[in-house]
Amino acid sequence: MSLPELVAAALFAGVLAYGLFGGADFGTGWFDLTAGGSARGAAVRTQVDESIGPVWEANHVWLVYVLVTWWTGFPETFAAATTTLFVPFLLALLGIVLRGAAFAFRKYSGTLGQARVFGAVFAASSLLAPFFLGTIAGAIASGRVPAEGYGDRWHSWLNATSLFGGAIAVGTCAFLAGVFLTADAARAGRVALARTLRRRTVGVGVATGALVFAALVPILHDAPTLADGLTGRAAPLVALSGLAGVATLVLLVRHRYAAARVAAVLAVGSVLLGWGLGQYPWLLVDEVTIEQGAGARATLVGLLVAVGLAVVVVLPPLVWLFRSTQWPATAEITDHGAGR
Amino acid sequence: MPDLLLGALTADPAGLLPAREQMAVSLGWHIVLACFGVAFPTMIFVVHRRGVVRDDAVALRLARRWSKVAAVLFAIGAVSGTVLSFEMGLLWPGLMGPYGDVLGLPFAFEGLSFFVEAIFLGLYLYGWDRMPPRRHLLLLLPMAVAGIVGSYCVISVNAWMNMPTGFRVVDGQVTDVDPWAVLFSSGTVLSFAHMWVGAFMVVGFVVAAVYAAGMLRGRRDDHHRLGFTVPFGFASVAAVVQPVIGHVLGMRLGETQPAKLAAFELATTTEQPAPLRMGGLLVDGDPRFYLAIPRWGSFIARGSFRKPVAGLDTVPREDWPPVNVTHVAFQTMVGIGTLLAVAVVVFWIARWRGRDPLAHRPVLLGAVLAGPLAVLALESGWVATEVGRQPWTVWHVLRTPDAATDNPGIWWSFAGACLLYLGMTVAAYVVLRSMARRWRAGEEHLPSPYGPEEVPR
Repeated sequence: MSLPELVAAALFAGVLAYGLFGGADFGTGWFDLTAGGSARGAAVRTQVDESIGPVWEANHVWLVYVLVTWWTGFPETFAAATTTLFVPFLLALLGIVLRGAAFAFRKYSGTLGQARVFGAVFAASSLLAPFFLGTIAGAIASGRVPAEGYGDRWHSWLNATSLFGGAIAVGTCAFLAGVFLTADAARAGRVALARTLRRRTVGVGVATGALVFAALVPILHDAPTLADGLTGRAAPLVALSGLAGVATLVLLVRHRYAAARVAAVLAVGSVLLGWGLGQYPWLLVDEVTIEQGAGARATLVGLLVAVGLAVVVVLPPLVWLFRSTQWPATAEITDHGAGR
Repeated sequence: MPDLLLGALTADPAGLLPAREQMAVSLGWHIVLACFGVAFPTMIFVVHRRGVVRDDAVALRLARRWSKVAAVLFAIGAVSGTVLSFEMGLLWPGLMGPYGDVLGLPFAFEGLSFFVEAIFLGLYLYGWDRMPPRRHLLLLLPMAVAGIVGSYCVISVNAWMNMPTGFRVVDGQVTDVDPWAVLFSSGTVLSFAHMWVGAFMVVGFVVAAVYAAGMLRGRRDDHHRLGFTVPFGFASVAAVVQPVIGHVLGMRLGETQPAKLAAFELATTTEQPAPLRMGGLLVDGDPRFYLAIPRWGSFIARGSFRKPVAGLDTVPREDWPPVNVTHVAFQTMVGIGTLLAVAVVVFWIARWRGRDPLAHRPVLLGAVLAGPLAVLALESGWVATEVGRQPWTVWHVLRTPDAATDNPGIWWSFAGACLLYLGMTVAAYVVLRSMARRWRAGEEHLPSPYGPEEVPR
């Protein structure tokens, strides 16, 4: 692997982490939005708060990691993307800001009325963000971001690959979130809630799986370079994604929630990885390769130092955070749940 | 505003003015929350430690409440910081494209700090009543350190924009990039110190103001005394140190950015020694309406009562910053900073002599005012240094019109940003106020109102 490829791999590892962890957080918005009125939906909304409350900010930082690595390692392609895809970047940003702010506001709002307003904003913006991030991925993958930037501000992301990309992003986020929420509810002993969430997650999973494979048809025409990759080099990953997706559904139906989580991560992770491998070696498909887009060598080395430091400094506490808050059975619990 | 007219006549990119306005609004909003990220964990640590070590129930309750406030503020701080990440590319592609690999590395380390801060915030908030108290308390320390490292990294990029280093431009191409030179630039240390101490001033005075307001309304209990004293103590030290740092920082401008210095000082012509002009505006190219104090301009700018201060006459007209905005912002910052420094010294002398300044309503009123004043000083300082750097994004390397996007739609995004920040400000105010009301009503744990009845957990 060359130096730029190493940095690109580190960048894509961030995309993968954000897609899985940030994606699962975004996806809770779907269940929150469709949970029903305030009486009926209270259980789901409380579960959402409990599940993502302690981790969403840490998961959100993966996005910052991706942006920073992108503009530092491959600066001209970053400027090309932001000038071309101005609108979806802005709308994704709007979703990200409203999601985070409204989530925090809802948790501490004084009245049910306020909580409903903030909750609606949180849930709707949680879908907005992944949709527009998906259109950005679709635009890049279908070769619509010119190397010199300032591409078509509308058609670059209003096209089949981008729109399917957006829809797939929303679907996969909701699928991940559903599996995680179901597992969390079951572990907390909320049997009725787990049953409802499980049923709805299976529905989301079937719809998303159908969407992913339906999208392959337009993508074959609309994004030939990506299509070559998906049907060639990345074909095993596409197949793995399908298998893992089916396995997730089966495990859900059989109440094997812990295993279902692993399978869901595998299913979504291989879709993302398939996209990355499918468009390799292009950074901006058909326009700029990883080698061509790379910035100064000294900076790439510096970035790898930062990534190495992240592995040492960030990963251990991140694991601690997840172990404490997501799998509390393994954490040091002294006073069970009081005071929350 | 002749500056605006000039901008309209030349062939500037369509996005220039709205991009500058949008950046100003979003940075100006975020910077207050960034201050909380930098300084608040340390203050919570002091109070929380008192609670744990001395088994002080009042302190422990205060720390618990502050941690909930921090949860709200850090959440909107995290997302408003993300706005800036996007805006770097959306508004300033002419900076990020050619110079992204020069200035980017400090952001990578800033990202690491942000990661650490977010992780430990999550652990800390979750850890109440779930972890051994001392271990729980120690979770604040990585947050405090991450705040320092993160702000150092961000400031190093800003310092680089003012004193660029770590690259050469040969035939229009950026080459010989040394990103470490940006991170460890000699220019960063003082700028960072100024911002770091400023963060403690802002957070200290703002939080103290909240409790001073409570005492003004007759809530003179231990809770309010502690809530006032700890942040006010931090703010006091910061306020006394800050003028010294600011002065040393300002003295290098004579060499590095004489045009900015001339605008700060409202100096149209080079004078030796230069007077200090208090107030004043540039009207038709002449300074008017000011009070001149002989020689003090030289001392403030150069550290000597005899040295000359270069005037704007030494700078080509097209390289002038917007003089009036820069000058007024600078003097607002210095004026408020001086006022706050004097006020805290008087406060602590009175206390040292056995008086209780907090027994006097005017003192409490002053402490309430100090909060917004500290924020105003912070914003003025940023306006002074950022507007004073114009027309350059990177000093004498990249002009702002060349950095800005050519997108004609930025006015729309600017309008949207204004609405968004207005909405978030109102929402944050409503939520924080309701939290305080419920606390006063004796409701300590603030259960989340997801339904008509609380869902058992």
